[in-house]
Amino acid sequence: MKLFKKIASFVLASGVFFSSSVFADTVKIAFIDPLSGPFATTGTIGLAEWKYAAEKLVNEKGGVLGGKKMEIVALDNKMDGKESLVQVQVAIDQGIRFIAQGNSSGIANAITDMVKKHNKRNPDKQVIFLNYSAVDPALTNDKCQFWHFRFDANADIKMDVITDVIAATPDIKKMYLIGQDYSFGKAVAAAAEKYLAQKTSIEIVGNELHPIGKVKDFTPYARKIIASGADAIITGNWGADMVNLGRSVKESGFDGPVYCYYCATAGITKTFGATGKGMLNHVGEGKLNPVNPALAAYNAGLKAKYPNADMSQPRITNAVQMVAKAINEAGSATDMKAIAYALEGMEFENELLQTKVVMRASDHQAIQNVHVGAHTDDVDIDFDNSGYGIKVYKSVEMASMDSPTTCKMKRP
Amino acid sequence: MDLFIINVIDGLIYGLLLFMLSSGLTLIFSMMGVLNLSHAAFYMLGAYLAYQISIITGFWVGLIVAPILVTLLGAAVERYGLRRVHQYGHVPELIFTFGLFFVIEELVQYIWGRSMVNYDSPESLNFIAFSLAGGTIPAYKVFMLLVSVGIFVSLYYVLARTRVGMIIQAALSYPKTVEALGHNVPLVFMGVFGVGTGLAGLAGVIAGPSLTTFPGMAFLLGSIVFVCVVVGGLGSLSGAFVASLLIGWLQTFAASYNIGAADVLIAMGYEFPKDVYYHPWRDLWTLTLPQIGPILPYILLILVLVFKPNGLFGKRET
Repeated sequence: MKLFKKIASFVLASGVFFSSSVFADTVKIAFIDPLSGPFATTGTIGLAEWKYAAEKLVNEKGGVLGGKKMEIVALDNKMDGKESLVQVQVAIDQGIRFIAQGNSSGIANAITDMVKKHNKRNPDKQVIFLNYSAVDPALTNDKCQFWHFRFDANADIKMDVITDVIAATPDIKKMYLIGQDYSFGKAVAAAAEKYLAQKTSIEIVGNELHPIGKVKDFTPYARKIIASGADAIITGNWGADMVNLGRSVKESGFDGPVYCYYCATAGITKTFGATGKGMLNHVGEGKLNPVNPALAAYNAGLKAKYPNADMSQPRITNAVQMVAKAINEAGSATDMKAIAYALEGMEFENELLQTKVVMRASDHQAIQNVHVGAHTDDVDIDFDNSGYGIKVYKSVEMASMDSPTTCKMKRP
Repeated sequence: MDLFIINVIDGLIYGLLLFMLSSGLTLIFSMMGVLNLSHAAFYMLGAYLAYQISIITGFWVGLIVAPILVTLLGAAVERYGLRRVHQYGHVPELIFTFGLFFVIEELVQYIWGRSMVNYDSPESLNFIAFSLAGGTIPAYKVFMLLVSVGIFVSLYYVLARTRVGMIIQAALSYPKTVEALGHNVPLVFMGVFGVGTGLAGLAGVIAGPSLTTFPGMAFLLGSIVFVCVVVGGLGSLSGAFVASLLIGWLQTFAASYNIGAADVLIAMGYEFPKDVYYHPWRDLWTLTLPQIGPILPYILLILVLVFKPNGLFGKRET
């Protein structure tokens, strides 16, 4: 037994020794998102995208600072706010200086607060928060802070683009807004009301919130939507609420468009299949279809390595490359202030997506092309290996570039 | 008025689906005196099995085979699990089924993954049966309705008109006497548990394409089934029937009509606040019926337990 303990402690010690010596030359990014529980699918796909992007777009091109590799460290937050903060602390204790998180704006709000406080108290161990998916507008408005960078277009920007498309569709006279009863659903409804009133004379015939994840049968909602005479629907629903709503309205005889934020990938595209054709209009950054050759090769590589992953969040390729660029510009992987200043206002040309991204200095909101696409089987890059995907039919260049922000950034 | 009729039909379809689940649950309870907390997990299992079979052989084979598989599994659970636990009393049985729920739920997610699956209604039922007030009723919903009614009628026939039903009813009240008469009561128990879970499986098979087959489906429907059974009266088949329809309609109508708390308050003589978004009672003023719809069955449950503890049709204390 003693011998065993000795061996064990030796192995452990050498493991720590080797790992610290081998990985000393890597730049680590902690990926903190759900990797177990009901939301694990989304988290796992996101992790694959981060890992593949770091490998393909940074490490295979020579790494950062002349040879350092970028490494993604996966930490499971179980989609829980408290657990997320614990994992941020774990990452900081391991000496990781970059935190990537995206699922749930509630969690992003908690992390941004924690990062802000931590950086104030530990100027020698500052961290940068790379928010790649949480779209609550507050994060780059009232709650904005220097160490937070958002790579996705926020809910307001997306609504701005959706309503541009709607304004150009003369058939739509009456609109129905439906969403989940929580902060994000309310933000979507408020933005829709605002932009529709600004740009169109469309009448909002319904604006309602349903309990999140508790509606068993959406048929009565579908009946109400049809009875209201609505020509189109806007919804911020995700997960099963999105699928059930979409299927119910279609089954009940609704044949207008549904404009949605989260009606693709993570099983949703596959479950909709033919039902979603001609109905779903997805808004998001990153144009996958029609495809360009570089992107097709990249997607094929991702699929070869992670068969169940999708390029569901093309912005991750922006985030990874922009962080690498910022590190190179700062000339250090540990001088976080210099890196954050390099990221702030950065203009980046993404060869893969063939687009430009600007990290707006005033609020750290990425300004990029935002697209509206239709759910169809006429695609080169599909989702869920289902043959169906999103084909872009309308793009807004540098969407909401001049949008106002209430952010009063305090810089160190 | 047309919308009212269409809601009546929707609520009926949903209520009958609930009945298919609650009938099995109430049968098992009246037989074994134990609430099968894993009932909804069998419902989920039915849907996933049917999905798997439908990929290989199409929907119709799944419709027949999946409930049979669930029935066999349910019978096996009774024979090799519950029967052993039975001798220690009802509480260990309850805990056994409670644990079983999570085991089945996790197992399903382990096999079929954590995202939803594309289990769809058959091509031959992909047409509109009829339309009313601009809304349509798909043929598949009519099919669901027919299956549920068929189950109710045949269940009633078996229990009330056949010899097997007679033995089951007798075993309900006087198990010892029935055993003394030479009937194999443990076999009856096994059969009832198997058929009860099989009914849940069948409910899953036909609900899967309509309400979506996804990992949260058991959890979502699980609690509401207990409400049906308790409101109807534990052990009462006709009670479960009435309660299921009642709750089906309650939920459908609650989601259909946007009556707000504001309407009621204004009718009571209060004035609508000018800037409601900054009003201290904002949450009350903006509350609508669809928002409280999901808790209405539970309010009904509490009211029934307070004023009629036996349930609407129950004969024994709950």
